[in-house]
Amino acid sequence: MKPIVRIEGRGLPLPGANIDTDRIIPARFLRTVTFDGLEQHAFEDDRAACASRGEIHPFDDPRFAGAAVLVVNNNFGCGSSREHAPQALHRRGVRAVIGESFSEIFFGNAVMLGMPCVTAAAEDVSRLQGIVMAAPDAVLSVDLAQSACGIAGEAAPYGRIAIHLPPSAREALLSGAWDATALLLADAEAIDRTAAALPYLRW
Amino acid sequence: MATLFEKVWNAHRVRVLPSGHTQLFIGLHLIHEVTSPQAFDMLRLSGRAVRRPDRTIATVDHIVPTERQARPFRDTLAEEMLRALERNCAASGVELLGLDSGRQGIVHVIGPELGLTQPGMTIACGDSHTSTHGAFGALAFGIGTSQVRDVLASQTLAMEPLAVRRIDVTGSLAAGVYAKDVILTIIRRLGVNGGAGFAYEYGGPAIERMSMEERMTVCNMSIEGGARIGYVNPDDTTIAWLRGRPRAPQGPAFERAAAWWRSMASDADVVYADRVTVDAAAIEPTVTWGTHPGQSVGIGQALPSPRDAEAAGSREMADALAFMGLEPGRPIQGTKVDVAFIGSCTNGRLSDLREAASVARGRHVAAGVRAMVVPGSQQVAAAAEREGLHEVFAAAGFEWRGAGCSMCLAMNEDRLTGREVCASSSNRNFRGRQGSPTGRTLLMSPAMVAAAAVAGEITDVRRFLGTRG
Ligand code: SF4
Repeated sequence: MKPIVRIEGRGLPLPGANIDTDRIIPARFLRTVTFDGLEQHAFEDDRAACASRGEIHPFDDPRFAGAAVLVVNNNFGCGSSREHAPQALHRRGVRAVIGESFSEIFFGNAVMLGMPCVTAAAEDVSRLQGIVMAAPDAVLSVDLAQSACGIAGEAAPYGRIAIHLPPSAREALLSGAWDATALLLADAEAIDRTAAALPYLRW
Repeated sequence: MATLFEKVWNAHRVRVLPSGHTQLFIGLHLIHEVTSPQAFDMLRLSGRAVRRPDRTIATVDHIVPTERQARPFRDTLAEEMLRALERNCAASGVELLGLDSGRQGIVHVIGPELGLTQPGMTIACGDSHTSTHGAFGALAFGIGTSQVRDVLASQTLAMEPLAVRRIDVTGSLAAGVYAKDVILTIIRRLGVNGGAGFAYEYGGPAIERMSMEERMTVCNMSIEGGARIGYVNPDDTTIAWLRGRPRAPQGPAFERAAAWWRSMASDADVVYADRVTVDAAAIEPTVTWGTHPGQSVGIGQALPSPRDAEAAGSREMADALAFMGLEPGRPIQGTKVDVAFIGSCTNGRLSDLREAASVARGRHVAAGVRAMVVPGSQQVAAAAEREGLHEVFAAAGFEWRGAGCSMCLAMNEDRLTGREVCASSSNRNFRGRQGSPTGRTLLMSPAMVAAAAVAGEITDVRRFLGTRG
């Protein structure tokens, strides 16, 4: 697999705490045996609710069309384990998520797709959301090797913020081992040895 | 000295991967129709097979209709999902507890009731409420579909260890206060993200006195507090529940197993990464008022006001109250409900139905309220029917349905419409969770749901206890 070292792209700010996976992809769209087409329904109900108030949801805002770096607040992706949620975002072109914190299951699912979820300090996240809001063309470069996110705009550079990724996830992405099936099967004897020592497999 | 977490983790550790992740053996893999079809497809594409079909069990729960269950289902997408599961299980030798098995039900209800769920195991399932199985002293956690594929292929997962937070629940619960109120109180206190990085170990006198079904309710909602794993150390209650279950060891093997199960409990003098104490006596019947399970109040309390919240939380609180159409500062009691839902992997077991029936008996659902009872499994339904609970509910105006997830997440035909308000014994009050994007959910114990159904509004169940309507 391809190592994931740096993701560059425009930002998509999505403010709000505790954005759950039912909001990212409502359950009615899980009535399917594939992940195809989920991208069309990302945040469908939130987008409709915004539209009915005469507002525009960031996912419908043409200024952010084609953005690759989602910028969120705390406990993003809480709730259900549905991989449909990161799949819907990834299939829509999101390649990295920067946030204050993530739910653990969402985080793990995103890593399996090669879509890192990196954390940053709350002030940095709001500053970043503000910058992207004001300058949608600013290019964010999420550098996993450097643990930093550089922000460059047309007229002015906006500097860098520190980002964090747990060491094992970072290592898995940097080495291209984020989709682990082959690695998990590499030492089949070790799997059988562990199983053989478990009393409950042979009561 | 070690915690149950450490003992079970170490027993299942295969090796350390180059990334630093631990490769962990999974003792029991539960699968269902929503999160497994893509995993089987990925497996096929890579030319791999299911490594341990003998440690994999399937059921169908999320999409099953609860009213008319004849095949093919009216909902063609649901039918397609069940067919895919049937095909995948047949092709890979995985046992499927389907609608005609007499043992079908919500995956987190049937694992324990069949005795598949046992102490000391690692249990994974493509469903976040897998934490339920922790009630038995297993390390049980939800995974995504790519991880389902990994477990199918290797019976292992790449994992990071968690720290253990011990939560002691001291004292006793008052009448009318249930396990659901305990866990809602814990989540309110520690926050919906408070469990990040932790496994929750529940203990203390109030937990020790709980039945297995009550412990399952508590562990079930660990994930709503951000803890992917929640567990209770195995004890006499655990062992008594497992004795005689069809998939538990039998005869002398059971005694050997019981000794090992006990040995896996946390050592008495172990040091935890964190400790929290909750006083059971101070807990009231609890109701959520917002759009996540941490937003709750005791039944006697008023709704909070965004004015009193810290700046960061006040916007979220105001949004939630606006979505719910509730006014800050007003009592939660008296909030009108349109729908009452009793069921789910949190509160769809026999003891839950008994508690709800004790409120419903001799009373009637209020005019204009649609009330339904959805047993967590076919076996729960059969046991309830043997006791005549279905007749109690029917006489009181509740619909008695077939087993499934139903209106917990509304992937079948059971759902809210428009801005309906639902008193629900399920676990998530997220926006849109019960099938209508603008529908509103208030979480509470099954007895409180029954009380709300009868009163037509949120009310204190203690009004109805000990007296007959
Ligand atoms: S009952 Fe609800 S929470 Fe439980 S498994 Fe079914 S959908 Fe998920």
